[in-house]
Amino acid sequence: MNKPKVTVIDYGVGNLLSVKRGLEKCGAKVILTSDPKIILDSSRVVLPGVGAFSNAITTLKSLGLVEVLYELAKRKTPLLGICLGMQLLLEESQEFGLSEGLGLIPGLVIAVPNQTISGEKQKIPHIGWSPIENSHNKGWENTLLKDNKVGDSAYFIHSFMAVPSNPDNLIAECNYGGIRIAAVIGKDQITGCQFHPEKSGEVGLKILRNFCAD
Amino acid sequence: MSNTRLIARLDIKGSNLIKGIHLEGLRVMGLPNEYALRYYLQGADELIYMDCVASLYGRNNLSDIIMAAAKDIFVPMTVGGGIRSVDDATDVLRVGADKVAVNTSAVANPKLITDIAERFGSQCMVLSIEAKQVTQDKWEVYTDNGREHTGLDVIEWVKHGVSMGAGEILLTSVDKEGTRKGFDVPLVKAVSTAVDVPIIASGGMGKIEDLLTVVNEANADAVAMADILHYNRAVIGDIRSLAENEGLSVRHYE
Repeated sequence: MNKPKVTVIDYGVGNLLSVKRGLEKCGAKVILTSDPKIILDSSRVVLPGVGAFSNAITTLKSLGLVEVLYELAKRKTPLLGICLGMQLLLEESQEFGLSEGLGLIPGLVIAVPNQTISGEKQKIPHIGWSPIENSHNKGWENTLLKDNKVGDSAYFIHSFMAVPSNPDNLIAECNYGGIRIAAVIGKDQITGCQFHPEKSGEVGLKILRNFCAD
Repeated sequence: MSNTRLIARLDIKGSNLIKGIHLEGLRVMGLPNEYALRYYLQGADELIYMDCVASLYGRNNLSDIIMAAAKDIFVPMTVGGGIRSVDDATDVLRVGADKVAVNTSAVANPKLITDIAERFGSQCMVLSIEAKQVTQDKWEVYTDNGREHTGLDVIEWVKHGVSMGAGEILLTSVDKEGTRKGFDVPLVKAVSTAVDVPIIASGGMGKIEDLLTVVNEANADAVAMADILHYNRAVIGDIRSLAENEGLSVRHYE
């Protein structure tokens, strides 16, 4: 049997090795590349990302990868954005002024509030393991989370958060000081994970396994 | 507030996991990744790898160990010891680390904190502080794995480090390290009061109850455990259960 092939977009900083190893653990053959041709020919693509939003978009543009990502979306190639890679899917980010995103999923990226819902100070970045929950009582049957349970904990490390404008695009949320944070978003073949599935133990590997099997 | 993180700390010399008392008298325990995998499977929330002779030799030797660990371990890994430049940080991140911990070189050149934070984000830049008590409410910063004193006041230094871009503090009490006498609660409290970034309390966890004390009384965001795990005095599952029973919010792990 052929191993599923996954292409991880390599566009600069970030711990790409862990993403690669996680996908390999799920049985995939993984290619790390920034070559537009290879990415376009892929059957599954991961957009990782650590760091600043505007830098990432600038780098993707300079590598000619923004058009590639639009084309992947048009072809309905499964695409998984992780952490910053998820935030880039949205239209606009407020990180360091306004930056334009890919706009593959409608909505904004805003700072995680530094106050809880009841007005107490809370630490930023949001670092640690948080349980993921349903959003608007929707099930996870047809999503990458289909093998996960409500309450599974995943590893988050971020200062900004995605706010999709269409609640249909929200798959899972987590709770940080009473603030609802988008944990997983999705639209067609595109999924975004705010947490790091490759750093969330078996909970995250289930998601990667489903992505590889999709 | 996030769930309190239960972190396994692995101090390494050469290719061996070691354990000391007050960071001295290092005893060889075995192969680091055998312990690391055990802790991952027990449900450790994160792992910290420290090359404790790196500053002495001027380099970090953990790359092979981290690269091997990244095949089987899927929780965040922090690597410290001998990180002297952005390039050193790049090297350990490339082999699978998620964060770097910097102590000695940050004291010598605080701008390194900013350089690493600007390149990889503050969340990646852990300021490691080795503290020794001077008076009842005063602690001094030590470097080179507790060997060299700096004259720096811990509270002044932690504030400066955070202003330079440190996103998290690994706070090791040299006085308590390896003693099993509990964390230095006043130290952790003083530091967590002084800055807003997450604090990992390290050094002295003798029994599971020590975790409750340092979180409830000193607002630690995470605890680093070594001796208690290496000598199998407790397993992470039991620590987690006790914490849950006592109302401490920790990651739910099955």
